[in-house]
Amino acid sequence: MTPPIAVVAFVQTTHTGHDTGLSETELLAPVITEIKERTGRKRFGFTCSGSNDYLAGAPFSFVAALDAVGAWPPIAESHVEMDAAWALYEAWVKLLSGETDTALVYGFGKTSQVDTAEMLTVQLDPYHLVPLGVDGVSLAALQARAYLERSGAEEDDLTAVAARSRAAGRANPYALDLPEPSDDAYAVAPLRASDLPPVTDGAAAIVLASGDAARDLCERPAWITGFDHRADPHSPGARDLSRSASARLAGERAGAAGVQVAELHARFTHEELILREALGLGDDVTVNPSGGPLAADPMMATGLIRIGEAAARVHDGTATRVLGHAASGPCLQQNLVCVLSGDHDG
Amino acid sequence: MASEPNHVLEFPGGYTRSVGPVIGRFLSELRDGRIVGVRTAGGRVLVPPAEYDPDTGEDTTREFVEVGPAGTVTTWAWVPEPRPGHPLDRPFAWALIRPDGADTALLHALDVGDHAEPPRLLKTGLRVRPKWRAERTGGIGDIECFRPEVTMITAPTRLEYRLRGGRALDRFLEGIEQGKIIGHRCDVCGQVIVPMKGLCPKDGVPTTQEVELPDTGTVTTFAVNNLPDPRAPEVPFVSAYILLDGAGLTMLTLVAGLPADQVRMGMRVRAAWRPRAEWTRAMSNIKWFEPLDEPDVPFDDIKDYL
Repeated sequence: MTPPIAVVAFVQTTHTGHDTGLSETELLAPVITEIKERTGRKRFGFTCSGSNDYLAGAPFSFVAALDAVGAWPPIAESHVEMDAAWALYEAWVKLLSGETDTALVYGFGKTSQVDTAEMLTVQLDPYHLVPLGVDGVSLAALQARAYLERSGAEEDDLTAVAARSRAAGRANPYALDLPEPSDDAYAVAPLRASDLPPVTDGAAAIVLASGDAARDLCERPAWITGFDHRADPHSPGARDLSRSASARLAGERAGAAGVQVAELHARFTHEELILREALGLGDDVTVNPSGGPLAADPMMATGLIRIGEAAARVHDGTATRVLGHAASGPCLQQNLVCVLSGDHDG
Repeated sequence: MASEPNHVLEFPGGYTRSVGPVIGRFLSELRDGRIVGVRTAGGRVLVPPAEYDPDTGEDTTREFVEVGPAGTVTTWAWVPEPRPGHPLDRPFAWALIRPDGADTALLHALDVGDHAEPPRLLKTGLRVRPKWRAERTGGIGDIECFRPEVTMITAPTRLEYRLRGGRALDRFLEGIEQGKIIGHRCDVCGQVIVPMKGLCPKDGVPTTQEVELPDTGTVTTFAVNNLPDPRAPEVPFVSAYILLDGAGLTMLTLVAGLPADQVRMGMRVRAAWRPRAEWTRAMSNIKWFEPLDEPDVPFDDIKDYL
């Protein structure tokens, strides 16, 4: 029988809204050092990272980050060109195989270096979308209107999400200090500046462990009781943008029902509302107590941080059943749901 | 991103991609000025055509179906400040457009004309058609953008006249030319008619007795106008019936000099004359009426003049 697997440690940078002059590797190094100290381990059975070369503007930019880990003698290592939440999924599968009992997962991103809305353009369908120059914010705005018109929600409901997220972010020492949303002009209507994620530089790391190793490394491990990721068709016109069918399916398969806290990878205010509906999160669920991506969005680590923040609620004993969510692609095209519990039987 | 970039990632000349038989067919048809979709085994028509049915993962049938060119907007976003890479350099909309005969939507730019903010006609459900480029190369940009279907035309209307106002009006305007407001008193009922018609509309008798009236009066009723008019100072403007002091009939004029939502029935007003040097034989010598610092007239005193 496969031993249970848990998040046993989570570390993140104090994220900044501007470039502080540190390279990605320099951002990451203290995070890796701290998580090694926290777990008392210098080496892990598997290492997996998530990052994006377009953010740095250089191919294979993730290789340099291995300097922060220490890769000699050779380590078992992998990388995904996705948010590090998907690296965590790969590490979870590796641990499920029983090949090893610990894994280090990390992600990093500096969105201060490039206009991310335009950077996301080049990652779209190259035949029908890239030549139009449609950017990430414009695509999000198309989904926002589809949701508002279908649900009857108002733009004020979006602003309320921004206000709550920013207030929570101000209380979170790792997130940015962003002001109350004011009556901003539209970035791309119906989205205003406060409906958009802030420019953020940062990094984060998680250590996964299975069975006895997890109990050794952590007083209250956050056991993964369900983990699933699903994708919608890539063409934004081939699906109902007002809903997230893939998030609903991933949530059902991971067992989202009954969580107390949900950390959602909602980079735009309307995405939180779509995800709450898709995951069946009622008013009794605390959503994004960290402030979420609207308070700090170090791209490629943002999704991993959701799982880390959710796990931290189990580590500190304030919750027993939590959910971390990550998204990728235009208009919430791909969704990953990780359900964690203080009890390994769920 | 305030400073100039110091690093650029670029494939000089562009990145070469094979398009395959399905996307290739779509792009070739675009070059010929047609939009095609592909039918799935279940009978749905996918636009843009795809190799696989996103619902089932099965191959699509390779049966291509011409769709549109007209279509319906299923959602849209308004770009107030276009980016350099956007297809239009003035405010425009992105839209998902479901071409007639298709079951999915195509993303493209939608040009609704030169507006800073989305015009009222722009909404989900809007009917649109592609604007084709004259020189097409086989790319999504062969459609320059979509445009709303034609739902309205503007028909030029103009006739030329040589009008004379009649003797009573001539005499009234003679007074206006000299800064005076003249009316006629009816011999039968005694009311003063201004501008005079030479007839009492109540008694049907000729009138000749001239009376000069002051340029002050009372608003009896009014309307707030939101459609621009060359004679009004700005939108919104207020047109009002004013009972000049001493008159027995109201006259229609503009009221200005205060916000439109502060105009009241019973409000006291005075004519705002243009500078004397600009006076002509026309009613435009009075720009409009402006509020007087006097108490409002009770409704009972004006109710018979509404």
